[in-house]
Amino acid sequence: MKKLLILGGGTAGTMMANKFRKVMDREEWEITIVDKHRTHYYQPGFLFIPFGIYNRNDVIKPKGDFFPSGVNVIYSDIDRIEGEKNVVHLDGGKLLHYDFLIIATGAETRPDQTPGLNEGLWRKKIFDFYTIEGAVALHNFFKDWQGGKLVMAISEIPYKCPVAPIEFVCLADDYFTKKGIRDKVEISLVTPMSGAFTKPIATKMLSELLKEKNINVVPDFYIEKIDNEKQSIVSYDEMEVPFDVLTIVPVNMGSEMIERSGLAGDLNFIPTDKETLQSKKFENIFVIGDAADIPTSKAGSVAHFAGEILFENLLNAVEGRPLTAKFDGHANCYIETGFGKGALIDFNYDTEPLPGTFPLPGIGPFGLLKNTKVNHYGKIMFRWIYWHILLKGKEMPIEADMTFAGKRVPYKQ
Amino acid sequence: MEEKSIAGVNITLNEEGYLTDPEQWNEDVAKEIALEEEIELSDKHFEVLNYLREQFLAGESLSIRKVGNAGIVNIKELYQLFPGGPLKKSSRIAGIPKPASCV
Ligand SMILES: Cc1cc2nc3c(=O)[nH]c(=O)nc-3n(C[C@H](O)[C@H](O)[C@H](O)COP(=O)(O)OP(=O)(O)OC[C@H]3O[C@@H](n4cnc5c(N)ncnc54)[C@H](O)[C@@H]3O)c2cc1C
Repeated sequence: MKKLLILGGGTAGTMMANKFRKVMDREEWEITIVDKHRTHYYQPGFLFIPFGIYNRNDVIKPKGDFFPSGVNVIYSDIDRIEGEKNVVHLDGGKLLHYDFLIIATGAETRPDQTPGLNEGLWRKKIFDFYTIEGAVALHNFFKDWQGGKLVMAISEIPYKCPVAPIEFVCLADDYFTKKGIRDKVEISLVTPMSGAFTKPIATKMLSELLKEKNINVVPDFYIEKIDNEKQSIVSYDEMEVPFDVLTIVPVNMGSEMIERSGLAGDLNFIPTDKETLQSKKFENIFVIGDAADIPTSKAGSVAHFAGEILFENLLNAVEGRPLTAKFDGHANCYIETGFGKGALIDFNYDTEPLPGTFPLPGIGPFGLLKNTKVNHYGKIMFRWIYWHILLKGKEMPIEADMTFAGKRVPYKQ
Repeated sequence: MEEKSIAGVNITLNEEGYLTDPEQWNEDVAKEIALEEEIELSDKHFEVLNYLREQFLAGESLSIRKVGNAGIVNIKELYQLFPGGPLKKSSRIAGIPKPASCV
């Protein structure tokens, strides 16, 4: 029996297990998936928890519900990969051999990487919404909060879902407006990037939106530490932003297991060929999802598009053919902007987000880089699509490669 | 795109003032671009610049954290060497493209 081993049973790993079990002969291929947790979290839903729009039960389901039959499932911590020997060591010493390995162990938040972050004020006045515990704690805090300085800060690039902090401040504006205390809440977005987003046309659109909502953007702010006494965040060039409540995206890093395996690049992300999705170190290892160091967004939609490419290339590799499928970095993100509206961006390695309509040129129904009610429904529908289509590795009515159809290139200024 | 003579070399710059061809770079070019940023280059500066060029030419992506971990300067010192946007400024002076934030 040949062995396909998948490490990580989150968004990307689950998707790959479903895709490969469908086509790989059960007599010939054994497929095994390993994850340390039994619960699958719908992470995009964490954004809505602080504002009471979703609660814990809206975002969790048993992982087991999404793995296909005919796949061995092991719940265990992974200790390390020994690529030279085609073997994976689990915690407790169990060994798993493989012919092909897919790494899908994602990214995790590491508050320990910023001095002062998980000290006195952590989960009292400092929160993250990138974990279920943080999102729920922030919800409890917001319920009785009377107003003050609300700071949303980003620690390091890259981080999962680059638009989530923008969505957070927009939803906060909506929430405190409806609570009748918006005039008592000062909202700021503090970012190490030069603006609200990295790509110029989208940044312009989003900056205007934030300005309209009276949300202050502090760009080029690279956090060195948190001063718990003064209640402020401090940058490497000694600027300070004071807060009454701080919501932070801690440094995002790949699993420590990757480092123990000698596969780590910057921040424990795995050096991966951005087109073929093959590990740069071992030919029989492929990487998908947030774990890879490819220069595109860390997002479920990216994992979905990349999944189609990895699927083809792994089958190519099995047959000894060249890896002909090429990933273009396609990302597609709904941006929740509050008051029942949303925006949508669609981009890849080479092309920044452009205005237009999606997925049908001239028709939509979704407006690219526009703030509309329909886009908001897109975001809400995404949860259904995630559980029922994305995780199951089914086809979506959107191509893996980005298309220019329906897009407009605005005049450069 | 703009053609410009810097330290006696004909250099092509993009809209944001970054060299479009890293091969047109030399240390005198670096010194002159640095002056535009009001920085006088020391040996420490050049160690950083050479590291950036090596990494870029090897196809590696760069981040402030990565430069800070390279064993030349820590992040705080990097900010002191290139005040403002350390990676953006140092890349311009090193003659390599503006680092893309990959999000
Ligand atoms: C607040 C928030 C909002 C988001 N919004 C969106 C959105 O609107 N749209 C979108 O497309 N994406 C969004 N994302 C991003 C999306 O959730 C992730 O990109 C996606 O889940 C990545 O999938 P993955 O499989 O790579 O990682 P994950 O789904 O995180 O899975 C990794 C798995 O590996 C396991 N694992 C890791 N290390 C080990 C180990 N050593 N041993 C055993 N198991 C291990 C973990 O338990 C986990 O189950 C959002 C994320 C967050 C946090």
